Amino acid sequence: MRGRQIGFKLTVAAGVTVLVTISVFAYISSRSYSKSLLAEVERHANQLSETVRSSTEYDMLLNQRERIHEGITRMGGQSSIERIRVMNKTGTIIYSSDASEIGQMVDKSGESCYMCHSAGRPLERLEMTERTRVFRLKPDAPRTMGIINPIYNAPSCWTAACHAHPQSQVVLGVLDVTMPLAEVDKDIRSARIEMIVFAVSAIFALSLIIAIFVKRWVDVPVDELLRAAQRIGDGDFNFRIPENRDDELGLLAKTFNNMTQRLSEARLQLFQSDKMASLGRLAAGVAHEINNPLTGVLTYSSFLLKRTKDQPELQEDLKVIVRETIRSREIVKSLLDFARQSVPKKTEADINEVIGRAATVVESQLALNNVKLVQALDPALPKAVVDANQMQQVFINLFVNAGDAIGPKGGTVDVSTSSMSLSPVGTTQIKKAMCPKRHNLIDNEVRIDSKPSIRIKARSNGNEGFIYLNSMYGAGGHHHGIVMDATKEMQLVCPECSVSLLCPGTTCPDCGSAVYTFEIPSRGMVEGCTRKGCDWQRWEAVDTSGQKEYVEARVRDNGCGIASDQLSKIFEPFYSTKGQKGNGLGLAVIWGIIDNHNGTISVESQVGVGTTFIIRIPVRT
Amino acid sequence: MTKRDILVIDDEEVITGAVVRICTSEGMTVDTASSGAAALLLLESHSYRIIVCDIMMTDVDGFQFLAEASRRGIATPVVMATGYSTVENAVRSLSCGAVDFIPKPFTADELLAVVRRGIRCGQLQRQAAAPAEELPDSMAYVPCPSKYYRLGYISWVLVEHEGTALVGITDLFVKTIDGLTGLALSQVDDEVVQGETCASVVSLDGTTHAVMCPLSGRIVEVNPAPAAEPTVIEKDPYFEGWLYRILPSELEPDLKQLTPCSSDRL
Repeated sequence: MRGRQIGFKLTVAAGVTVLVTISVFAYISSRSYSKSLLAEVERHANQLSETVRSSTEYDMLLNQRERIHEGITRMGGQSSIERIRVMNKTGTIIYSSDASEIGQMVDKSGESCYMCHSAGRPLERLEMTERTRVFRLKPDAPRTMGIINPIYNAPSCWTAACHAHPQSQVVLGVLDVTMPLAEVDKDIRSARIEMIVFAVSAIFALSLIIAIFVKRWVDVPVDELLRAAQRIGDGDFNFRIPENRDDELGLLAKTFNNMTQRLSEARLQLFQSDKMASLGRLAAGVAHEINNPLTGVLTYSSFLLKRTKDQPELQEDLKVIVRETIRSREIVKSLLDFARQSVPKKTEADINEVIGRAATVVESQLALNNVKLVQALDPALPKAVVDANQMQQVFINLFVNAGDAIGPKGGTVDVSTSSMSLSPVGTTQIKKAMCPKRHNLIDNEVRIDSKPSIRIKARSNGNEGFIYLNSMYGAGGHHHGIVMDATKEMQLVCPECSVSLLCPGTTCPDCGSAVYTFEIPSRGMVEGCTRKGCDWQRWEAVDTSGQKEYVEARVRDNGCGIASDQLSKIFEPFYSTKGQKGNGLGLAVIWGIIDNHNGTISVESQVGVGTTFIIRIPVRT
Repeated sequence: MTKRDILVIDDEEVITGAVVRICTSEGMTVDTASSGAAALLLLESHSYRIIVCDIMMTDVDGFQFLAEASRRGIATPVVMATGYSTVENAVRSLSCGAVDFIPKPFTADELLAVVRRGIRCGQLQRQAAAPAEELPDSMAYVPCPSKYYRLGYISWVLVEHEGTALVGITDLFVKTIDGLTGLALSQVDDEVVQGETCASVVSLDGTTHAVMCPLSGRIVEVNPAPAAEPTVIEKDPYFEGWLYRILPSELEPDLKQLTPCSSDRL
């Protein structure tokens, strides 16, 4: 369940990022909120303190102690104020909203004093921020904010009628206002709780959204790919991933489908070769087995025919036996021909002419079903070396099939030809390969893509086995019959004489592994990489020979089309969609003929739209 | 050495039986062997004028028998027969030294024609090999010229400078036929395949003898001389008596299956 893991990992990574970001944001914003709230309270306290000072100043000058006392008690009675008190320069509380403490001395290290007195010598000037402090009267009590406001000596003070203060004094006393912070703390607490609720829900919401998108954009397509890989691994080459995305995974799906298509085509060709080979063996066996008893029938009947020339009534019967046995002989021969055990009669022929001849054969039959055969043939088509009769059979079969696909409703069959050049790499077959001592390396037993392979003996790490190289130059797909340890020394030798086939001093330009080499008689040397999976090969004679010319013929009908699950089976012998009408050999025969011409046949079809068969035949064999 | 006419080797009793029946009715003596080993045992004490050998047998195949017989110095001409009658088997038989190839199933007449031609071929070869003074009148047959290639002892090829090739019938094949009276030829533009019948000749007794084509390709010219008068082949089989000019389709692989006539003269 790799897909789930990727999605899970991505979700966790994104979730952790969201968690960290939102936590930091929540912490910082909650701190700055409580700070600004306190600052607001502080400003308020300061204003209050100034108000108290100015409202008592006049009474102070007049030394109206009763009035001062009355004012402070009243103001201190407000709920937003905890306490207001005034201390003189000796630290004695002279006025207080709490009457009980009047006359008491204040401890210099007490809350309201240490700002100025902490340094030993009392400070005379205090900055605004230094005047406030937050403290708890008792450890379990709510927080309180205190603000001290020094009462400085002024000319009006020493000139006042009471003459209570000499001019030399700087600070006459201190106004101390204390305010409860319980409300503010409640605000801060609820704001913090809100922030935590927001943060937690944001983390959950974002993680959920990320998880949903990861599921949709990563999990689902990766799961699809995984399932497709498993299906194809199980052998279902018709399985296709829906190509409905335009992102990289969509591109991957497309590439994957493309790869599967190629793989299934290659597999089909391989499978076909195999089928045709076994059909060939079957035909050979049948021919041998049937021809022997037929020989008995034919020899004795023809012998009797010779000996009974004077018995006309016997002659007629014997002639029938001889004639029918000879007919059987021809049927067996055509079975052998069909299994392409007979060499095709290849001559230089104009494919256009071949198509023309095939068309004349089937035209009247197609016309009966209202099927029109339209030829769009390239007049400059080069001649190709083919078996004209076999190729004619190919086109007749294709035309008849096209007509059957169209049915009685009528339609058109288009046949077109063109020439093209294809690279020799991947299309040239190595038909002879020799070791330096002139031993043949071609192996007809192990076949790759139905073609003989090139057999090389490999020794590595005490193991010994064979490597079978694909004889299609540059096509890759070699079979390694031995597991090799890349770190260990490896030997590649001729299976016959054990002469080394390694090319000393040369390394593969793609991967740097050792390089093997063998001779193609009169066509130079082929070199290739020894590493499994590296398909690098060099054959100078072919690399420099340029492109190879092909003749391409397309037969297109607008008939019923072929479903994709049937498409892979149509070249199989005895596979038929025509029921009683066909024997299922037509396309298998075509495949055999084209393969025998070193050509390829492929098919494209869409149900309800039509089918196109594409044949490519090399101009020269 | 007991002298007999025919040795037929086949693991199918019905076939050896049929050959015995047909050939003895024509006055020939026939021995049978059901395997290559049995045949080689018989050959130690008997001499034959012709051997008819099946290709697919249980112990050794026909080609191995052919090689073993020639290793033992047995000069008796061998006709190969097989139910797996492909052109490859026909060509391979001839290039391995068989004098002829007969695909199964065959009729009595086909068998007799092949056997007679084979016997005659053996005689002619023995005559040619014998010292000249024993045959003062003339050579037994004219071997094909040195630049030619031949398919068994049946047909020949001469590759021309233009890339085309002339094809004809060897003198030995003509001599094995008892009086050439008719000739049936293919036409221009016909495609021919190495090992398949490209012409047939009719002998005096009315028997038709198929001629295997030595080369695959397309016929570009048919020699009018033998078509008009078949006896020109008897008079000059290698020059005036050519049959077809062929545009070969697979010259190189085809030539490998043929025997260079220069090797006959060593």
